[in-house]
Amino acid sequence: MKKIVVEVNGKKVSKEIQDHTTLSGLLRDILNLTGTHIGCDTSQCGACVVHVDGKSIKSCTALAADLDGSKITTIEGLASNGKLHPMQEAFKKMHGLQCGFCTPGMVMSAVDLLKNKKNPSDQEIRDWLEGNICRCTGYHNIVAAVKEAASKM
Amino acid sequence: MKTFNYHSAKDVKEASKLASSNSAFLAGGMTTIPSMKLGLASYKDIIDIKRIKKLTGIKVSGKTVTIGATTKHSEVASSKDVKKAIPSLAALAEGIGDPQVRNRGTIGGSIANNDPAADYPSACIALNATIHTNNRSIDAEKFFRGMFETCLKSTEVIETIEFSIPEKSSYQKLPNPASRYAIIGVYVAKHKTGINVGVTGAKSCVYNDKDLAGALTKNFSSSAIDSVKISSSGMNSDIHASSDYRANMVKAFAKKAVDAC
Repeated sequence: MKKIVVEVNGKKVSKEIQDHTTLSGLLRDILNLTGTHIGCDTSQCGACVVHVDGKSIKSCTALAADLDGSKITTIEGLASNGKLHPMQEAFKKMHGLQCGFCTPGMVMSAVDLLKNKKNPSDQEIRDWLEGNICRCTGYHNIVAAVKEAASKM
Repeated sequence: MKTFNYHSAKDVKEASKLASSNSAFLAGGMTTIPSMKLGLASYKDIIDIKRIKKLTGIKVSGKTVTIGATTKHSEVASSKDVKKAIPSLAALAEGIGDPQVRNRGTIGGSIANNDPAADYPSACIALNATIHTNNRSIDAEKFFRGMFETCLKSTEVIETIEFSIPEKSSYQKLPNPASRYAIIGVYVAKHKTGINVGVTGAKSCVYNDKDLAGALTKNFSSSAIDSVKISSSGMNSDIHASSDYRANMVKAFAKKAVDAC
């Protein structure tokens, strides 16, 4: 067992975890933040993307013990004061989801993209979302949603 | 995933001391963690080397680019120094996996794992890399031994990888459309001292294609490659590509790389 202190969505959290606990396991099973989804569990699908110290990573493939002292933002941490994040609004407006399973990862990934590139092209959006797999939408409306968010942010 | 003892080493000496035949060093974990989850690997001890400061960073001197073992792909891809000194190396890093993999995965992890379809091993071969460990300095040609095999000892830690800056170079790959691993990747580099053609994805281990390098030494142009016969013998054959197709692609991508130099 290891003791870690992390900041999750702005709140300090101190937990005893097993050495092999992943970040996705910490978030979902220990902190009950089930917005972060586990699809493949081996870092291909991107449903589990969260931000660690401002960068998007796949939480299924990071050990929680390794993240002691980190600042973590999950899909639950995007909205503020009950108001959706512009990226969440854009996914809603542009129908950037159907079943919604991949959506938390898509949104977290896309938010990271816009941090580094204010007005990405369609190709840049598609390249960036390389590691996020969606089985429903054909990606078209996801790209449209990211563009919509870029115009609002 | 089977449990293990997690250690975060404060320096290389401690990391090496903790290591045994039943341990693994953890840098980015992009292969190690999924492999443990899939039951392909299990270890008693996982020794995290990410917090060892001296293992990360990029230094460019007159003739070489030296990259710390735990430097992430995204850092190599976005480094102004690497882009200026060896643009093909920054471009290679930008083409690995996806953004989240590049935010975690490391150069040292990639070469220590020596996946037959990984990108970085071809760069090591093409750019006459020297792999510096806590014990010795190893030429890339001697470092990569076979499928997922290197000459590293279980207690040996890669510290830096030193690349020679070529006169010109290019890495071209046919990526697997899902994983972005190389179905074929060809890294052509022209140095004052000679030409290397690092090929990944084709065989069980990265190699320097001497026939292609020989043809390019006589005439550095893509047309010089036309007459080189690439045998499919010993090439990988799987659901992604047959060995004949791979042999053909080695040639096609070598030409592409020369044209892009």
